[in-house]
Amino acid sequence: MSVATSNAPATAASAPESTARRLLRQTEIDPRMIGMIFALMLIWVGFDVYGGIVNGFAAFLTPRNLFNIFVQTASVAVMTTGMVLVIVTRQIDLSVGSILGFTGMVVGVTQVYWLPHIFGVDSPMIWITAVVLAIAFGALIGGFQGWIIAYLGVPSFIVTLGGQLVWRGAAWWVARGETIAPLDDRFSLIGGGSAGSIGFWASWGLCVVGIIAFAAAILAGRGRRQRFGFPLRPVWAEVFVGCLGAAALIWLTWIFNAYNWPTMIAKHYAETHHITEPPGGLKIPYGYAIPVLMAFATGLAMTFLAKRTRFGRYIYAIGGNPEAAALAGVNTKRIVMLVFALMGALAGISACIDSARLDSATNALGQFDELYVIAAAVIGGTSLAGGVGSIYGAMLGALVMQSLQSGMVLIGVDSAVQQMVVGLVLVVAVYLDTIYRQKVK
Amino acid sequence: MDATVSPPSASPLVVMKDISIAFGGIKAVDRASLDLFPGEVVGLLGHNGAGKSTLIKILSGAYKRDAGEILVDGAPVAIDNPRDAKKFGIETIYQTLALADNVDAASNLYLGRELLTRWGTLDDAAMESQARKVMGRLNPNFRRFKDPVSSLSGGQRQSVAIARAIHFNARILIMDEPTAALGPQETAQVGELIKQLKAEGIGIFLISHDIHDVFDLADRIVVMKNGQVVGSARVQDVTKDEVLGMIILGKCPPGATPGLGAMQ
Ligand SMILES: Nc1ncnc2c1ncn2[C@@H]1O[C@H](COP(=O)(O)OP(=O)(O)OP(=O)(O)O)[C@@H](O)[C@H]1O
Ligand SMILES: [Mg+2]
Repeated sequence: MSVATSNAPATAASAPESTARRLLRQTEIDPRMIGMIFALMLIWVGFDVYGGIVNGFAAFLTPRNLFNIFVQTASVAVMTTGMVLVIVTRQIDLSVGSILGFTGMVVGVTQVYWLPHIFGVDSPMIWITAVVLAIAFGALIGGFQGWIIAYLGVPSFIVTLGGQLVWRGAAWWVARGETIAPLDDRFSLIGGGSAGSIGFWASWGLCVVGIIAFAAAILAGRGRRQRFGFPLRPVWAEVFVGCLGAAALIWLTWIFNAYNWPTMIAKHYAETHHITEPPGGLKIPYGYAIPVLMAFATGLAMTFLAKRTRFGRYIYAIGGNPEAAALAGVNTKRIVMLVFALMGALAGISACIDSARLDSATNALGQFDELYVIAAAVIGGTSLAGGVGSIYGAMLGALVMQSLQSGMVLIGVDSAVQQMVVGLVLVVAVYLDTIYRQKVK
Repeated sequence: MDATVSPPSASPLVVMKDISIAFGGIKAVDRASLDLFPGEVVGLLGHNGAGKSTLIKILSGAYKRDAGEILVDGAPVAIDNPRDAKKFGIETIYQTLALADNVDAASNLYLGRELLTRWGTLDDAAMESQARKVMGRLNPNFRRFKDPVSSLSGGQRQSVAIARAIHFNARILIMDEPTAALGPQETAQVGELIKQLKAEGIGIFLISHDIHDVFDLADRIVVMKNGQVVGSARVQDVTKDEVLGMIILGKCPPGATPGLGAMQ
């Protein structure tokens, strides 16, 4: 619905430019991003109002709920940044959930049974080795599948469908279906929770750093265009975009800091640290959760990779016209293989987040994740025809899906109905996107 | 073959000797030979499916030949992929243009040869600046540097493909129907460009269905039929009607040097 609203001005192409259109053009903001954010707002406010009217309490737009949504989105958000690139190269990866499951088991077994013997029970090397192993295993598995796809010419749909079964089976086989728990204490911080968040001041510090970096990026981009004498965005547009970004960051930081540790844990913390509790109890804000920061970092790194490196340029060129890329001298097979390796590595990171959050590795970890990851990418505007898709769009898509699901849980929708709604939303979102693209053309 | 037609005092830039390639039993190119001298324009003619594109795609590294030899500056060379060909200064404007539709003109211009900043990242501003220069030379009205090339007109797309081929100091330029989508003004501009490049000593293979264009621009013509060379001739030694006879019937006139495909 939101997407349709956002492209309403686009239909009046021949009329003199409207204010909204001019704003979009001069700020160079992607109208589809506005559509996505609008959809997100609609979902958030909708669930909040519905809860308030029907159930008597509006529980959606609370720091607690938003905090949880962000944490729950992290794992799929990390993987969908890779899925965008896979789909952009005209491929698909149906095996990410199983790769997550398998690497999760490997990480669980090594840190519970093997690494303590090597490094000692309380060594920080345990979590570091576990994370490195997860990423390496993921990259190896993904790269191997990518090699079959690129060099042996087996369609990715088939290779990764097979991979889905193989790695899920392998996950069982690692520990004969046992659940591996509890995991290393430091490793568990990756999952978030009261200890796995960075606290009040660090969060505001990060916020300030983020705003400065954003402003610097805008200035640097402007400087570069100025040096070559290209047309520049008007100053007000630059300031507008800068303020918008800063406001979003401040709001986000505020949300994460507005959610406090549960009273019992805060009480315990006060007792163990000999702090006298003020009346009404000690309030300890969570601040940014580590998995959310990991998702942000992944998003930034992947955006950099996609936009600013040769590798990224080649990925998009292959998606646009594989033959042209090859004729231009791009080693298309190698790029496709590496994209799958990257996807696998990201599944390894998500395996760490998911297992750390559960504080255990189970055989079923990541089951059906491939569907959510692909859906997030597609809702975020990635075209299955290849060549088109953005990292931030896919991550927003992941947030939209998680918001829908959490919202339905909150207002007490049946889990069967939840699935149906998510499925319908996927189809409708892609339909609206198709209309949008036709209008733009 | 070259004895009668080679310009004085130069050695050939490229020689393709007895090149053959088959696609699943169809001999797309059959023992074809070609050569090209510095500052020379060789027009390659033939009916649809004669094997012109396939032959030059072997030179540009897009296809691997089944048999035959390629010499650049007199020395046999291995051209196994497009990168090899570019290393020898062979640039190609493909009939299909071979553009990545979803990225902009500058990205296409530099595809595979991106300019990098000192941190190893893409220097889009520098690439756009160069693109503006080279496009200004070809198509001065072109302004749409930010749009993906899929949204450009056929002629604009062709200009981008031409810009890419001339931008990297080609020594050997292959133009497969370079003006098929261009308007009269742009076609004339490409004609001027060809003369200019020729004066700089660049050798050009020009594939075209327009016999008049070829007679205007080429020094020599080579006609292909069913994958074989019918014959080659200097343009002043044959008439357009005779060349039509070569293309349609495979009949080699007295002014031309017959090839394998000449009607006996
Ligand atoms: N990749 C391929 N696979 C199979 N057959 C091919 C391939 N490329 C070309 N051919 C065949 O080789 C023959 C020569 O094709 P080619 O494209 O070289 O012709 P052409 O002379 O360029 O024709 P046109 O004037 O239409 O461009 C045709 O019969 C064509 O069907
Ligand atoms: Mg052709």
